[in-house]
Amino acid sequence: MSEKHKDDVTGVETTGHTWDGIRELNNPLPKWWVYTFYACILWSFAYWVVMPTWPYLTGDGWTYTQGVIGYEQRNIVTNELAAVAEGRSGAMEQIATMPLEEIANDPALMEVALGAGKAAFGDNCAPCHGSGAQGSKGFPNLNDDDWIWGGTLDDIHTTLLHGIRWDADDETRLNIMMAYGRDGILNRSEISDVAEYVLLLSGQPHDGEAAVRGTAVFESQCVACHGDAGTGNRELGAPNLTDAIWLYGGDKEAIVETVSNGRSGVMPAWGTRLDEGTIRSLTLFVHSLGGGEK
Amino acid sequence: MTDTATTLERLAAEAAATAGASPHGEEGERYTAVNSEKNRPLYASRVKVYPKLVHGTFRRLKWLVMAVTLTIYYVTPWLRWDRGPNLPDQAVLLDFPARRFYFFFLEIWPQEFYYVTGLLILAALGLFLVTSVAGRVWCGYACPQTVWTDLFIHVERFFEGDRAKRIRLDKSPWSAGKLARKAGKHLTWVLIALATGGAWVFYFADAPTLAGQFLTFDAPSAAYLFVGLFALTTYLLGGIAREQVCIYMCPWPRIQGAMFDEESLLVSYKEDRGETRGPHKKGASWEGRGDCIDCGQCVAACPMGIDIRDGMQLECIQCALCIDACDEIMDRVERPRGLIAYDTFRNQERRRAGETPRLNILRPRTILYSVVLALVAAIMLVALSNRTTLDVSVLADRNPLFVQLSDGSIRNGYQVKIVNKEHSERIFRVSIDGLEGAILTRPALAGEGTATVIVEADKLENARFFVSLPAERAAAIKGGEADFDFVVTDTESGKIATRSTTFRGPGK
Repeated sequence: MSEKHKDDVTGVETTGHTWDGIRELNNPLPKWWVYTFYACILWSFAYWVVMPTWPYLTGDGWTYTQGVIGYEQRNIVTNELAAVAEGRSGAMEQIATMPLEEIANDPALMEVALGAGKAAFGDNCAPCHGSGAQGSKGFPNLNDDDWIWGGTLDDIHTTLLHGIRWDADDETRLNIMMAYGRDGILNRSEISDVAEYVLLLSGQPHDGEAAVRGTAVFESQCVACHGDAGTGNRELGAPNLTDAIWLYGGDKEAIVETVSNGRSGVMPAWGTRLDEGTIRSLTLFVHSLGGGEK
Repeated sequence: MTDTATTLERLAAEAAATAGASPHGEEGERYTAVNSEKNRPLYASRVKVYPKLVHGTFRRLKWLVMAVTLTIYYVTPWLRWDRGPNLPDQAVLLDFPARRFYFFFLEIWPQEFYYVTGLLILAALGLFLVTSVAGRVWCGYACPQTVWTDLFIHVERFFEGDRAKRIRLDKSPWSAGKLARKAGKHLTWVLIALATGGAWVFYFADAPTLAGQFLTFDAPSAAYLFVGLFALTTYLLGGIAREQVCIYMCPWPRIQGAMFDEESLLVSYKEDRGETRGPHKKGASWEGRGDCIDCGQCVAACPMGIDIRDGMQLECIQCALCIDACDEIMDRVERPRGLIAYDTFRNQERRRAGETPRLNILRPRTILYSVVLALVAAIMLVALSNRTTLDVSVLADRNPLFVQLSDGSIRNGYQVKIVNKEHSERIFRVSIDGLEGAILTRPALAGEGTATVIVEADKLENARFFVSLPAERAAAIKGGEADFDFVVTDTESGKIATRSTTFRGPGK
């Protein structure tokens, strides 16, 4: 029931409804608004035809109208990724084929290599070596200048490629720290003595008498790998026992445990998992962390 | 029902009163201003305004301002400023791809954007000050909308004649002549609009190069887009919309109105002198009547379509063309000029009270604006004079905080970022100060010359440095943290930048 009521002041009709005595003037919509609205409606019809719009049920489940031009957002992502890969391809190809020293001399390539290395490090290496490459017990700190297998570019490259004690790789770096205690080669007191000797070698506080006894044990069991002065052997992957850096701990307890039960930490061989360009980038990145050797 | 009847009667009576007085009368007829209150129902289609040409001081002033502002706008991108071989030689250039703003001798990097902010603040304060003294001079003389609309109206006048002729032309049926005039006018408008859009893009790219590219149809697509956009908006806003922009689209009128007070000089009709208005026979006395002879020339001249005699109103952009129009008439009827003039509200009151009118420019509002303006300008100048061409920042590694080396010494890593704002390549020597026994090194692959960094002109270089302390010294650091300085020296100019940072060790 509506009675058209004309407003006194403006002379405009009201909508005919009252809400608690309040009426609403029925002024026409602005022309520009109405025409814009019609235009939007027409635009939407055109949109339905051109772009993917309406979902509908088929026998096989839900699908949708594809639109005339075949617009697909997944395609956009694929194309963008392909474009990025293409944009990088030039530099990464060079890095994959050039000798490492040459790459180091090219600032532009180095920028790419270090960036790619940093990214790859975070994805592949950080779980063991830490986000800042600082390592932890059993995982080497890649920032320092202590290298079990060598810290030159080629050494790092080989380590990355073939890993350490990685059974699946034939050329993997291999060495064995034997379990002298568990396998019954040395008894408890001998192990304790040789541990004191190692403490002496590394300049830590030690029991003098035990260390003297330990010298004999060391010479018979340890110098073959660790060298006469205990300075290590990179060919055999035997750590330098005289420096301040310890992979598994440098206190008496840790040394005793190492000698008794042996150590055989494992590093994967990345040659089968990453492409050559990435591996070289990682090589350069790790080398630049601060401990790289010339 | 009676209310409605009375209203209808009233409206009818008013319609009758104004009947025969069309908004676009010929010269000499009664005028009713197009945009006056009486003529403004809620939903009226726009009625076209045909401003009449006037001659006088303010018309000449407007021409002058238009010439100066348009010259600055069109010519500035073509000015040259030599900055050296590697840098653009355009005096004013907003180089977005390279992220630099060049302004004659100034070169603003993105982190120095506050200079532009300062300029905008100065502009705003200047505007406030000028408006509080002389009213809407921005709107009336300098605003781009006013300048281009004025220009476009002159083009229209050139092709279609003055006010009376234009009204007649619009009323007349289409003919070859009408088509030719309209076409000529619109074509000229389009050309001016294109030139305007063109000038705009020249601020963002090297003008001669881009101009050449336009001529060979080789310009980047963004350039075409923006020229088209600005040409379109210039044509639409200056040619078609005109006063609608000032009345409905622009927020300035509604702000500017709050910025003048009763002592601001505004274009006003001196009611005390002009009323009572009415026609005047030649030779009759001027006693007991106002000077306004109701000729309507002020209405005819107004580009906004208002009647200034209605008083201060939002639509009046204070272009002062009505002043020139009225002065011309006053000369003809041998009365003094200034019936419409730059006047203040207080002066109207003073005259009514019989006091002498005076200008009160130095008052708290204007003094305050001036002081703040001077302050901001001073701060900007100080900041500008303290600007250096060498910028250094040092970031200590956080992951890991420190590294123990095989001989027991502790090493920290730092990223030293050196910004060389000179126009030539510079060699910087880096050293440390304040940490006894410390050794400064670079990564092994960084090349020879451990402590020098070469930075190209106008570039930033990020160099990695290591600082090592022998074990005993590192252990002796109180709290595990020691402050020291990186000292970066420009080997050519000797300029030094020192940045303090922290060395961290395991000690607690």
